[in-house]
Amino acid sequence: MCLGVPGQVTQVNGLTADVDFWGVEKEVRLDTVDKPVEPGDYILNHVGFAIRRIPESEIDETMTLYESMMGGGPDDMLREDLIDEVEAAGSTPAASSTTPADGDAEPADAEDAEDLLEELDIDV
Amino acid sequence: MSDPERIPGGPTGDVRGPSGGDNALEFRDPEKADALARRAEELVADIDADEVSIMHVCGSHEQSIAKFGLRSMLPDELDLRMGPGCPVCVTDMPEVDEAVALANAGLTIVTYGDMLHVPGTSLSLSDARDAGADVQVVYSAAEAAEIAEETDNHVVFFATGFETTAAPTAAVIRDDPPENFWVLSAHKYVPPAMEVVAAMPDTDVDGFLAAGNAATITGWGLFEELVEETDTPITVGGFEPLDILAGLVALLRDIRDREVTVRNAYPRCVTEQGNEPAQEQLWEVFTTESGEWRGIAHIPDANLILRDEYAHVDAREKFDIDTASLAASGSSLIDDCICGDIMAGREDPTDCEMFGEECTPEDPVGACMVSSEGTCKIWHEYGGRPDL
Repeated sequence: MCLGVPGQVTQVNGLTADVDFWGVEKEVRLDTVDKPVEPGDYILNHVGFAIRRIPESEIDETMTLYESMMGGGPDDMLREDLIDEVEAAGSTPAASSTTPADGDAEPADAEDAEDLLEELDIDV
Repeated sequence: MSDPERIPGGPTGDVRGPSGGDNALEFRDPEKADALARRAEELVADIDADEVSIMHVCGSHEQSIAKFGLRSMLPDELDLRMGPGCPVCVTDMPEVDEAVALANAGLTIVTYGDMLHVPGTSLSLSDARDAGADVQVVYSAAEAAEIAEETDNHVVFFATGFETTAAPTAAVIRDDPPENFWVLSAHKYVPPAMEVVAAMPDTDVDGFLAAGNAATITGWGLFEELVEETDTPITVGGFEPLDILAGLVALLRDIRDREVTVRNAYPRCVTEQGNEPAQEQLWEVFTTESGEWRGIAHIPDANLILRDEYAHVDAREKFDIDTASLAASGSSLIDDCICGDIMAGREDPTDCEMFGEECTPEDPVGACMVSSEGTCKIWHEYGGRPDL
């Protein structure tokens, strides 16, 4: 309930944004974000709301940190809480194509991440 | 993500840690961690007291401390305790009773999953659901409002959590929710509780490690007043092992130097002002009132209730909530539960005779064994005191 989880904004639709969490697309509310966001930005999602736009200089460090936190076993409570945070974002209809801001096509790890999230009982 | 390396839970690199296996710690820089732990040891020795007591106030801190076995890296004289940092645990029984009474009256109750099994005076929401009440779990306040859009029944969001979940609740309330959507607020505001706990004679806190993500919303500047009032240094800390260790070192230095000040050991997330738009929404919708925190104390100005301008979504204004029928017929074990003492930092879970015996995550007696942020549940998960 305290931690939040980072993701990358792929599309902004008024007060909501489509956000990519390791290849899983979810909808996040922008009411509580501290600065304006646009596609390509990273946000910290907490109970379905963006509570912070992550400064560019901190993105790599933040993502690495969260990935290490999610690297526990199936009974790992810290990881469970992070998974809940991804779950807290609403599902969005499958977009015809998700194009990250850096110009790559589908995220290279999307399939792997989806498999992993399925293994973790995340409804994707 | 655009980086193909980004797969959470992927192969770990440098694995170390006290217990190996699933709980092994992947330090990105183990040398830094060792250096910080050694520095902490030196500082504790410099302080020259039988015991130095640091209290953190966040379930995620305790999870990280337990998961990574940080206590085992720190000197025995450093007592690192969890205070009232689990919002589920500090929700008072009469508040749970209100939600149960509304559920029993035929309303739809939606709440975060951790709240289901928290005992009220005699029943939990889970008990009410088993008896046929409509109780649904949501992951976010937005989802709670969506459920109201899809039904003609009255939907009551039993809203719990600290500043980080209260701001989203405020956003949903401001967003013109459906007319059948109501909020039963059990939101809590942490700083006044820290003040009360710091003043407890038998708690004896030398320094606080404040929660990084709540401070992401409120900013670290908020703690300056608290530091003066409690005469206790506060450091805002993050959740990574290195963040926690760095925060402890900063705090120990201040304790040694008798420097009563606020430090920000989590600058990559926390600023002095915090997230001002979120704060504005929070305080536009909520105001504070005094109330009980389960088992700890009556705490002034630490319960968040809806302002008069938002009475039209306040379940307490709309419904005549009769909790009298839920009068104590509960488990006599509740009387033996020491959750309150644990959250006030006076006792450890292992001081409770029921810990792991009559009280387990599968069959919890007290709230601290229910939530993933409850000290008892975390310690139980990691096999007792998580420092070996």
